[in-house]
Amino acid sequence: MRVAVIVFPGSNCELDTVHALRLLGAEPDLVFHRETDLSGADGIVLPGGFAHGDYLRTGAIARFSPVMAEVERHAAAGTPVLGICNGFQILTEAGLLPGALVANRDLRFICRPIHVRVESTDSILTRNAEVGRVLRIPLNSYEGNFVLDPSALEALNDRDGVLLRYSDSTGNVGDGSNPNGSTNSIAGTTNAAGNVAGLMPHPERAVEEILGSSDGRVLLESFVSSMEAIPA
Amino acid sequence: MRFRVQVMRRPGIADPEGATTARALNDLGYAEVTGVHFGRDIVVEVDIGDEAAAHARVTEMCERLLANPVIEDYTVERIL
Amino acid sequence: MTEPAHRLLGMTDDEYESVITILDRTPATAELAMYSVMWSEHCSYKSSRGLLGRFRSNYPWVVLGPGENAGVVDLGDGWLAALRIESHNHPSFVEPYQGAATGVGGILRDIFTMGARPVAVWDPLRFGPLSDAHNRYLFSGVVSGIAGYGNAVGVPTLGGEVEFADRFSGNPLVNVMALGLLKEEQLVTRAAGNAGDVAILLGSSTGRDGIGGASILASASFDEDSGVKRPSVQVGDPFEEKKLIEACLELYDRGLLAAIQDLGAAGISCATSESASAGGMGMDVDLDAVHLRESDMTAGEILMSESQERMLAIVEPDNVEAVLAVAEKWEVGVSEIGTITDGDLLRVFQGGEEIASIPAASLSDDAPLYDRPARRPEDLDEIWADAPPLPDHVNLPDVLLELLDDPALGDRSWISEQYDHMLFLQTVVEPGHDGSLLRIKGTSKGLAVSTDGDSLRCFLDPRRGAKRLIYESALNVAVTGAAPYAVVDNLNFGNPEKPEIMWQFIETVDGMADACEHLNVPVVGGNVSFYNETDGVDIYPAPVVGMLGFADPMPENPPRLDRAEEGMEIWLVGPESGDDFAASAYSRVLLDHLGGRPEAVDPTVALAVVAHAARLAPNVPVLHDVSAGGLAVAIAEICIRSGIGAALDDMAWELLLDEAPIRFIAVTPVGTDLGIGNVPIRWLGVMGGNRIAFGRHSSVPLDESTRVWREAIPRRMVG
Repeated sequence: MRVAVIVFPGSNCELDTVHALRLLGAEPDLVFHRETDLSGADGIVLPGGFAHGDYLRTGAIARFSPVMAEVERHAAAGTPVLGICNGFQILTEAGLLPGALVANRDLRFICRPIHVRVESTDSILTRNAEVGRVLRIPLNSYEGNFVLDPSALEALNDRDGVLLRYSDSTGNVGDGSNPNGSTNSIAGTTNAAGNVAGLMPHPERAVEEILGSSDGRVLLESFVSSMEAIPA
Repeated sequence: MRFRVQVMRRPGIADPEGATTARALNDLGYAEVTGVHFGRDIVVEVDIGDEAAAHARVTEMCERLLANPVIEDYTVERIL
Repeated sequence: MTEPAHRLLGMTDDEYESVITILDRTPATAELAMYSVMWSEHCSYKSSRGLLGRFRSNYPWVVLGPGENAGVVDLGDGWLAALRIESHNHPSFVEPYQGAATGVGGILRDIFTMGARPVAVWDPLRFGPLSDAHNRYLFSGVVSGIAGYGNAVGVPTLGGEVEFADRFSGNPLVNVMALGLLKEEQLVTRAAGNAGDVAILLGSSTGRDGIGGASILASASFDEDSGVKRPSVQVGDPFEEKKLIEACLELYDRGLLAAIQDLGAAGISCATSESASAGGMGMDVDLDAVHLRESDMTAGEILMSESQERMLAIVEPDNVEAVLAVAEKWEVGVSEIGTITDGDLLRVFQGGEEIASIPAASLSDDAPLYDRPARRPEDLDEIWADAPPLPDHVNLPDVLLELLDDPALGDRSWISEQYDHMLFLQTVVEPGHDGSLLRIKGTSKGLAVSTDGDSLRCFLDPRRGAKRLIYESALNVAVTGAAPYAVVDNLNFGNPEKPEIMWQFIETVDGMADACEHLNVPVVGGNVSFYNETDGVDIYPAPVVGMLGFADPMPENPPRLDRAEEGMEIWLVGPESGDDFAASAYSRVLLDHLGGRPEAVDPTVALAVVAHAARLAPNVPVLHDVSAGGLAVAIAEICIRSGIGAALDDMAWELLLDEAPIRFIAVTPVGTDLGIGNVPIRWLGVMGGNRIAFGRHSSVPLDESTRVWREAIPRRMVG
């Protein structure tokens, strides 16, 4: 299964994403943001980093990169599209996922492992997981604070679009376990069709025990298996 | 022709910079402060003769790139 | 009466005379500007160069030693590591965020100039006490500057260390160490090769930032009007640097460059002259071709500009097109600014006119060299005689809690969690341990790094203090699972024109050089930062060591502070003391006292202890260096991180709090063979329960210790 891992100027997690996807048996290719043809891709990942320096707003400039029209076309056609951290920010800016990401509540960058609870398995990111499962995955962001207005939040909840919520190690969700102030502790979401997903934590940083956790595997394995289930 | 674009967080959307600064002002004794709101000022220079047309173009820029309508409002104003 | 131009540029009359002798005429304005910056303390090391030859670097595994952009060592199987340390002290005081940020940017360029991909950064930091609001502002600004630049440029920050002391209030120290990895065939030179090759400036446009910054900021001391120096601070753009890194790495991969040199202090002057003179060539430089941020810049401003994120590539004519295409792909600014020539002249043109013509090598090779007078401080014997006034008894639980509440001893994750320390999927032991450990993916190799400084001990006895630093740093990498392999040092001192400061410097260099030789570790690079004084007050001498450790194979399950379990035994490995309290955390925090003389290290014992730690590392769950705060703090850290209490043997309080050098704690399952030969060992107790108990009579709850330790920095940073 071929995965296009998009490289924007300022992306920095693309090689890590490739490493993790290879470990899980996928065949990732780095695709520069100026490309306009993704026809061979069974899936697309927008990796973490600081595309275009995060200038103006995080993700705001990247969403107009030449490759994004093709990403949008694939998303509409049902291809699995995953945004991790900065990639999640770009997907919200592009309107492929609801909401937006703003500065963390404490106005400090946060790099540490946090816990998330799986809220829905109806997506390319969580299809192999179980609702209620708690995963320990590194968070690494300054603008990781998910916001959206109350009516949009209601709509998102109604269609079961929240995939992951920040929690404590036993799965309790609350202010104490919300690292960055995200609305409703939301850490990851999906679109209505379930083929576009985004999350702030970095599952590719949690695929080997020697690095502290392999809890990210189930998420990336979901993505890889969804490519087989959903023909490009 | 120069336009000032002011982008502000929409009411009800989290504004951590604003909230933190309001708290700091309260701590400094400005108990009357009930809100601080952060935005961004952008000056756009355009080479268009007609002001109405230029204003419309800049507004379009706001819709597409300069503001994120999901969380932000904006105003456009001609400046010297 | 107006000052002559050379004095305004910080040059002495004698130095000016030397320029006239070299050129055999009066220098033109642009020429004078170039000499003034290149001969500044910061660029020329004129006060220290003569002494740094004490450091030995000719070991078989050293590929490039001091004097290059970075030291390079051989890791076997075609792998090389490039490492360097730098200071950004003065800029960080003037503007903490940008000063620290551009420090990160600068050192990364030194690393990828060698052909290496920068893979990690460490930041040793020193500030005044956090009780002062301005120190908090500097501390918080520096940490966010490092995070803001390092995270965005995509190079993880794997740690560092921090010290808080009064003498750093006026003069914080911001050092930064970087490590890069490359394969043998990727190593590039800065030496320009052939006449006709083209000099191409890559990266940001050249603006007025940091004009003369190298000489002004790094070579003069601070006084009350330092606010007016603000315009000289450069502004960093991590996005530009990230593109520049990727563009350069692509240029190396495709073999398109003959040579490359980064632009740092003294900008174009320095890069063009160093590149030409390293290759024994000359260069013609056309300033009209330089891509500028402001069009009305003078020749001097263009030559001196310290605009960040720029590189000078030397390219064979046939490859110019391809280089321009790579620059365009990565959206990196580019201009062809010069041509390599035969001979040794650096000639600079503007508006078709020659405005400078000087022997390229004279800017570096003919720089002045000072043998500054040194004098042992008159009050040194008095200071040594003033040993800490120790009480007969102490309340150990109270003392431990006070120590854990100290911001230099408590939890430092307030700092390290602002840094991306996980990028590249290489971090096996993260910040918060004695050293950090990173794997080289696709190999069995691992690298450990520890940065260490101890300014109070170095103030009391610079020679002993410096030696102890080297040994401590070696032990830190050993308990992390690697053998000491190479050292870089950053020597932060006060005003070298004062004989007492020069004495501190010489003692330090001698001490470090001796200890490195005993350990058989090369010094592959270093940095000297002088004039760290404000209003006549010099900082404590603050040599900082960056120790690289190497392991092949890397331990699969290296020691960690959080691997202690109920029932495991606690051992002290290394000599016991009980009376080394000079500059200890106990004396500083509890007695507010600085005096006495630190113990010396027996080099034979040190070698044995370091070697033993490295041998144990693959098989022991917890190894922890005993340093600031002594055994009590070291054991408490293991308890807190592992979430288990400890019951310690009855022992004199002095044994728990003194800081005798070169010892570590091992926590092992019962029955583990510690295989001790000639290294002393002592049983200390067992892990278990929810209290840290000192013998039968006193103890402190683990949860209270944990809370105090965690809050040490955060509670000081609110408000």
